Amino acid sequence: MKRVVITGAGSINALGHTVPETLAAMREGRCGICELDIPDVDRLAIKIGGQVRNYEPEDRFNRQQLALYDRFTQFTLIAAREAIAQSGLKFSGELAARAGVVLGNSGGGMTTLDENYRTVYEDGKNRVHPFVVPKLMNNAAASHVSMEFNLKGPSFTVSTACASSNHAMAQAFQIVHGGASPVMIAGGSESMLCFGGVKAWEGLRVMSKDGCRPFSANRNGMVQGEGAGIFVFEELEHAKKRGAEVLAEVGGFAMSSDAADIVMPSKNGASRAIAGAMRDAKINPSDVGYINAHGTGTAANDKTESAAVADVFGAHADKLMISSTKSMHGHLIGGTGAVELLACIMAVKDGVIAPTIGYEEADPECALDVVPNEARETVVDVALSNAFAFGGLNAVLALKKFKD
Amino acid sequence: MSIKQRVIEIIAEQAVLDPKDITMDSTLEDLGIDSLGLVESIFAIEESFDIEVPFNANAPTEGEFDISTIASIVAGIEKLMAEQKA
Repeated sequence: MKRVVITGAGSINALGHTVPETLAAMREGRCGICELDIPDVDRLAIKIGGQVRNYEPEDRFNRQQLALYDRFTQFTLIAAREAIAQSGLKFSGELAARAGVVLGNSGGGMTTLDENYRTVYEDGKNRVHPFVVPKLMNNAAASHVSMEFNLKGPSFTVSTACASSNHAMAQAFQIVHGGASPVMIAGGSESMLCFGGVKAWEGLRVMSKDGCRPFSANRNGMVQGEGAGIFVFEELEHAKKRGAEVLAEVGGFAMSSDAADIVMPSKNGASRAIAGAMRDAKINPSDVGYINAHGTGTAANDKTESAAVADVFGAHADKLMISSTKSMHGHLIGGTGAVELLACIMAVKDGVIAPTIGYEEADPECALDVVPNEARETVVDVALSNAFAFGGLNAVLALKKFKD
Repeated sequence: MSIKQRVIEIIAEQAVLDPKDITMDSTLEDLGIDSLGLVESIFAIEESFDIEVPFNANAPTEGEFDISTIASIVAGIEKLMAEQKA
């Protein structure tokens, strides 16, 4: 089997418009969550989110492109441009024929849906723009990445709610690991911070009105974010031959299904995914120094996740660090695992652990080292990234510090 | 229909029980209503009485709206109606 390394990373999210901006914010423990700036926000009970700020689509895309790119596609392309530029790869000939793109996404073009429902229901019009369907379909982002970069190999979109990006990156890993392609573009994106998107989440009564405080005893729910994270997964020998800089090695992954409840998490399902990822990556639990938690800030997730980590790691659970960066960028739903993988890369590559900000009060049911409020510097060889979705679908990735 | 009757109807439908089997002392737990059932019941209450119920599923027992029994729910609705329709 081939070793798989990451040779490029790109992102845009509430913390910044690039990876360096995002990582700087994570180091500083800066919060990207603030008052939402969207139409009809006065009719929402939840008025905060991790919205991408100071963003003008017209600065990045021309009129023809914007007619076809929903906000989630725009974010995906911006992140993909950064990641592929960093990798230095150009796709032509045999490489183009084999390389593909696998992305995670949950809601598709929610902003497009929202705007066009307004057109037909609120404004009473009987005609919509001709590109509504190609703009809102979940696979639009993956398809536009394939077109912009000439990727002609296996390409598709994975949709498993909050685990979409982790499932997508696992698929891309497997394609490179198994030798089907030397390079895959992987990650995910989401943009549902529109009236309908937030209103739908509001209905479930699990959102916080005032902030995301994962693992803190006074947490009161999740806060939505938006954006994208995109990576270049490359076969090690291929990367070495062209002298590419390696950011980290993807060691392995595991997936599991709770087969239990459509919204409540399961300790057993989470434990099986965490243990499975370590087995797949051939690492001992004691080698794991950092876990980027799913850490949504809901009552149910954080205590279940803490119990799962305690179960899997035993005594080592008290030695490892686990943080939820959702406290800073919000929950990007289908794109969240991709942006959170950046924190894992920063841990193994730079030895910086992103904090869980907003941490105010210890919760005996979440008695782990959650790296409260301030980043920490230390050496980490292995980092895990957890994602546990509604529907009970779990996916955990294992990243290793790159050693040739 | 009184507030009490309507609440019993909503809860009975959620619990798949006959309204006769529900008393003012019944708790949602006794009636087998889980967290999703609770969120759906709150929604039905808001729609029926045209009120906003302060309820967060992350801390269902900590809000101002007391969901411990049918009686406390009815009292909570009366209070909210008085406040919000004033």
